[in-house]
Amino acid sequence: MTPANGSTGPAAPEVPPDRATGGVAGPAGPGGSDRLPDSTRDASAKKDYSEYGVAVLLLALGIWAIVDAVGLADASTARGPIGPKTVPIAVGLLLVTMAILLVIDVARGGRGEQEGGEDVDLSHGSDWRTIGLLAGAFAANALLIERVGWPLSGAILFFGTTYALGSRSYIRNVIISVIMSVGTWYLFYAGLGIKLPAGLLKGIL
Amino acid sequence: MDGINSLIEGFATALTPINLLYAFLGVLLGTAIGVLPGIGPAMTIALLLPLTYTLEPTQAFIMFAGIYYGGMYGGSTTSILLNTPGESASVITAIEGNLMAKKGRGAAALATAAIGSFIAGTIGTLGLALLAPVIVDLAVQMGAPDYFAVMVLAFVAVTTVLGSSKIRGFASLGIGLLIGTIGIDPTSGQQRLTLGIPELADGIDVVVVAVGLFAVGEALWVAAHLRRSSLDIVHVDGARMTRDDWRRSWKPWLRGTAIGFPFGAIPAGGAEIPTFLSYATEKKLAKNPEDFGKGAIEGVAGPEATNNASAAGGLVPLLTLGIPTTATAAVMLGAFQGYGMQPGPRLLDTQPELVWGLIASLFIGNAILLGLNLPLATVWARLLRIPRPYLYAGILFFASIGAYAANNSTFDLWLLLIIGVLGFFMRRYGLPIVPAIIGIILGPVAEEQMRRALQISDGELSGLYNTAFSQIVYVIIALLLVGPPIARLVRNRRGGKGTGSGPDAGHDALAGAHAHANAEGV
Repeated sequence: MTPANGSTGPAAPEVPPDRATGGVAGPAGPGGSDRLPDSTRDASAKKDYSEYGVAVLLLALGIWAIVDAVGLADASTARGPIGPKTVPIAVGLLLVTMAILLVIDVARGGRGEQEGGEDVDLSHGSDWRTIGLLAGAFAANALLIERVGWPLSGAILFFGTTYALGSRSYIRNVIISVIMSVGTWYLFYAGLGIKLPAGLLKGIL
Repeated sequence: MDGINSLIEGFATALTPINLLYAFLGVLLGTAIGVLPGIGPAMTIALLLPLTYTLEPTQAFIMFAGIYYGGMYGGSTTSILLNTPGESASVITAIEGNLMAKKGRGAAALATAAIGSFIAGTIGTLGLALLAPVIVDLAVQMGAPDYFAVMVLAFVAVTTVLGSSKIRGFASLGIGLLIGTIGIDPTSGQQRLTLGIPELADGIDVVVVAVGLFAVGEALWVAAHLRRSSLDIVHVDGARMTRDDWRRSWKPWLRGTAIGFPFGAIPAGGAEIPTFLSYATEKKLAKNPEDFGKGAIEGVAGPEATNNASAAGGLVPLLTLGIPTTATAAVMLGAFQGYGMQPGPRLLDTQPELVWGLIASLFIGNAILLGLNLPLATVWARLLRIPRPYLYAGILFFASIGAYAANNSTFDLWLLLIIGVLGFFMRRYGLPIVPAIIGIILGPVAEEQMRRALQISDGELSGLYNTAFSQIVYVIIALLLVGPPIARLVRNRRGGKGTGSGPDAGHDALAGAHAHANAEGV
């Protein structure tokens, strides 16, 4: 019932062999499965660094919070040691601490547990082309919604997503996309009183 | 009885035709959306929030009541028929439920889940109605230090209880608290972490955060790992519940309710532990424990009732203290804040119509749910076959509408994308989502309570722990933090015999619950 990540050890003590070899039985890299740790040693060596990337992000966020907080003025009304700086600095310290602990954890062989789910197949790595196309469709909507209106930009978003996810019934997808975007425009306008931008189709709808 | 009288007034609010319609719509939409694979109760509420933007608060929350239980039940249907549940609360249900479905007993599994949910939901909601006024009476005596302590408890509890890595849990909490800090500091009026961007001065809209982390993050994550092979969806057919099924189900329903409600009601919650406890209990008490692992109906009835009772229990701290313990409750709290209300002990005084209308609607929604689900189970099952490109296109599509309509601003769409990418990487690297969402929504409230406590104490730090209540809470927090490592040490010294919970099904269940912990309430 657990998808492909059954052997992903949550913490260092459970994967001692990795510490010895320096290898990793972590989640699958491209072209491998975590059930076959030997065959993924090359791919997972790269994984090591990306796990450290999380620590770098946490560190950056933590430093940002602290630096931003130091630039704040103390509130004149506040009494005692707690002011507007306190929480950002505390959060910043929490993030920096976690970044350090995460580095130690990863160095000792700990790996983040990838999330499973109904439609998720963790036996292959992330499909960056699909993500790029999705993000593109999403960005197209954000760029276009106020210029050409939701009925068109929403249809582009919907169609782009179906394309990114591998549906190739173009005509059917275009029809569904347009029905969805025009339908929601009317639903929100007439049914809920929320005016999504009509854009180019102003006056027609 | 204070609660009962107020509840009757609540029914008067909820039973008007228009409000009944909203409750019905909520249940229908909640179930339909919740059944869709990859969409759990929290995402269901987040995606459906825009529909309530123009409603009166009372009607909006009546609709939420329906969505809440509908989304919950929808998730169970998915896990019974697909076996790979998207949320930790349904993990246990999926074990025996899917085995039953594979043996051609899917209809009975869905029925025992539906009836168990109804019974647990009804008793749980009654518990909520009776307990809420009592807690409120106690809560009005709570001061700022007490609130702050309970909120710290909520942070620590969701972080340590869920997921397998505490470091990643606290990292996620830190990210959430950081996002929650963005905006103008209400006390000093200074901008914090806004990078000088005017749109960030008011903070990030909770809809954008919730939809970004749950919906967009999930869509990106699933898209990157979309299952190429077709899913094994079990047909819903076969006999309904037999007399024997009823005989075997009713006790687990009641026991599940008794286990789930208290776990939901304490601000340390989540449904993961109580559903597992219920499963273990039923297995121990079953006359024929060898059925477990082959599709035992007790293993569906108990955990499913537990799940719903804990959902009802979770509304106690939410409504009386303003403290969410699950992602779903956090999104509800965000919805309250969207209407300018802060749930807490005063909410029952200032908005009695709304709160009791909401509670009454939970009863009504539960009944509608039962009426809808027994006949419509096969229709819901068909929703599982929706082609994945359309499903995830729909999620991104409605996520975009929701984020845009919140403020009519394209800035929010870009923010949604950024937060969605963050959600993607959190899923990739095992950072649980729930601590982040609780941090974002509860963080600013906790800061306010902390600063209020210190203002009362004139800046003395002892103002944070000078009440007996807060001291007790801090002791509990300390136990949560140091207890498990010590227990592990002791166990290792005894020779590492493990938890001794018996054969594999139970062990697998817990492991599975951990593997899916990130998905809790998604």
